[in-house]
Amino acid sequence: MTVTDHQKSMYIAGQAADARINIELETEGMTLNIGPQHPATHGTLRIVVRLDGEQVVWADPVCGYMHRGYEKLTEVRTYPQITTLVNRIDWLSSFANEVPFILAAEQLMGIDAPPRAQWIRTILFEMARIANITLFLGEMGAQLGAITPVFYAFRDREHVLNLIESATGGRFHPNYDRIGGLKDDLPKGWVDECKDVMHRVRDFCDELETLLMGNEIFAQRMRGIGVIPAQVGLDYGLSGANIRASGVDWDIRRDEDSPLAWKHCDWKVWTHVDGDSYARYWVRLQETREASKIVDQLLDGLPAGPIMAKVPRIIKVPAGEAWVHTENPLGEMGYYVVSQGGLGPFRCKIRSASFNNVSIVPWLLQGVYVPDIITILSSLYFILGDIDR
Amino acid sequence: MSSAPDTEAAPAAESADDASAPPPVDELRQGIVAVFTKDLGDAVVETEVANGDVWIRVNRDAWRAAGESAKRHGFDYFCFLSAIDWLPNPDLSGEKIWDPDPSAGDGSTGSTEQSSGVAGGDSRFQVLARVYDVRRFVGVTFKADLDEAHPEVDTWTTVFAGADWHERETWEMYGFNFVGHPGLRHLYLPGEFEGFPGRKDFPLLAREVKPWPGLVDVEPMPGGADDEPAEGEEVAAE
Repeated sequence: MTVTDHQKSMYIAGQAADARINIELETEGMTLNIGPQHPATHGTLRIVVRLDGEQVVWADPVCGYMHRGYEKLTEVRTYPQITTLVNRIDWLSSFANEVPFILAAEQLMGIDAPPRAQWIRTILFEMARIANITLFLGEMGAQLGAITPVFYAFRDREHVLNLIESATGGRFHPNYDRIGGLKDDLPKGWVDECKDVMHRVRDFCDELETLLMGNEIFAQRMRGIGVIPAQVGLDYGLSGANIRASGVDWDIRRDEDSPLAWKHCDWKVWTHVDGDSYARYWVRLQETREASKIVDQLLDGLPAGPIMAKVPRIIKVPAGEAWVHTENPLGEMGYYVVSQGGLGPFRCKIRSASFNNVSIVPWLLQGVYVPDIITILSSLYFILGDIDR
Repeated sequence: MSSAPDTEAAPAAESADDASAPPPVDELRQGIVAVFTKDLGDAVVETEVANGDVWIRVNRDAWRAAGESAKRHGFDYFCFLSAIDWLPNPDLSGEKIWDPDPSAGDGSTGSTEQSSGVAGGDSRFQVLARVYDVRRFVGVTFKADLDEAHPEVDTWTTVFAGADWHERETWEMYGFNFVGHPGLRHLYLPGEFEGFPGRKDFPLLAREVKPWPGLVDVEPMPGGADDEPAEGEEVAAE
């Protein structure tokens, strides 16, 4: 059977409609392999893209290069040992990973940490957010060829990491949260130093706002690129700044009752209507500012008292199931913990934000140009440990 | 300091053991249960509202209908989809690591009885998925029992596009077949991997070969009911 020219052109037109391919210039397709080692992927994410000229026909992310099987490992460990594992999921905001797991265990045990512990948890949670997002704010410039912002980001982020280290002992992996409270209290002089650093963080945000957001090249490469409609984002389970940049006004910190101290602060959840890369950057920049304000307010009102509730030495969690999620820097992170009354969880499903955030990539990259692949991936902002777990 | 009354009130309401203080009726979540019971009819096997959360267990034939119904009723944020293997395996649990009695390793301790979680269950395998309403800020966890020999259920990819990767992960980790999924390929594991590592009968070889090194840190506390026995033999064996 021969294929007529008409059939052939209909086929091409159909393909073009699917992937918005330019048919005026008929070029031979090419498969391009990005990664697994690529600076834009923040780790080892490999993306196979099929190109027609400069446009993407389809894209297929290949993950698993860093899969460590945490869900299986949690089943052979005890509850206090698991914070060490979950530290390494999103390694830029390790402390924020510990919190929902500990809260899930506390919910099942029916114990509550004392107020001071909850406040310090919230402070460190927000500092983890700052440490995480400042890197994104700088890195985004680097993806567009501007080297300076990334150095600024590392410079100012260092102060936050120093504070986290002085409080917890770990720069990257604090392992500081305990069932019923915290490992230690804050060191002397920490509160004052933290206030200085929060001031610095806000200065950094102002600096980047003038340096990057006002830049014409930056705006041209980001505005109208990688647009995610709210409904599509929800369908894929996008969360955090990615979905707020599409106009969905949802922040678990504000909208759900949590034992943590956000409800005592005055702050704002920012959304953007555009849903493009620029909006995602803008929302994250505002979020960093808000986080520093939250820390400031919590430092002012830090209650005195114990940092540890009374818990048994051997922690056994009563049988039951708990789902606890928090608004982590990358989006919604949650743990579905199934306990059978033992020393360790029977099953622990880890719902990490980046997994869902990256699953939209095949849809989002269809029809975009090659240079935009990098900016779109960066603007989604994922951490490989958060995808692969 | 204003948080103190809240934190003290919470455990009494949430504690599962405390039967004397029944938690207040959660009208929002009871309403959600009523909506789904009406919509899905006989397909709803069991429901539970606890700890400010909703669980609905449905027939496996109604799995996709449950997803579609959820989306119709405003639960359009797809949170996750995964599986639970209820097979008891005392060899592969936190107990074995801590229990110094060598005779315990052969399955004589720990529960060998298959249990089921919130909203019950009759089979070894359960698929569970969670959806969320970003306007009312409330979520629902759906569960369905699957056949042990041939775990198979309809795909949710036609309802929620985000279910694609979650079903691929569940397929490779638990061996569930999602009928109608556009391409069940390996997501994390290499293509030639055999077996389903998420299942409870899949051994964790690292632990079989070498005991958990954290064991040596366990020191007995003098006195107290929670006192662990001494660890002499295990430490010496290492």
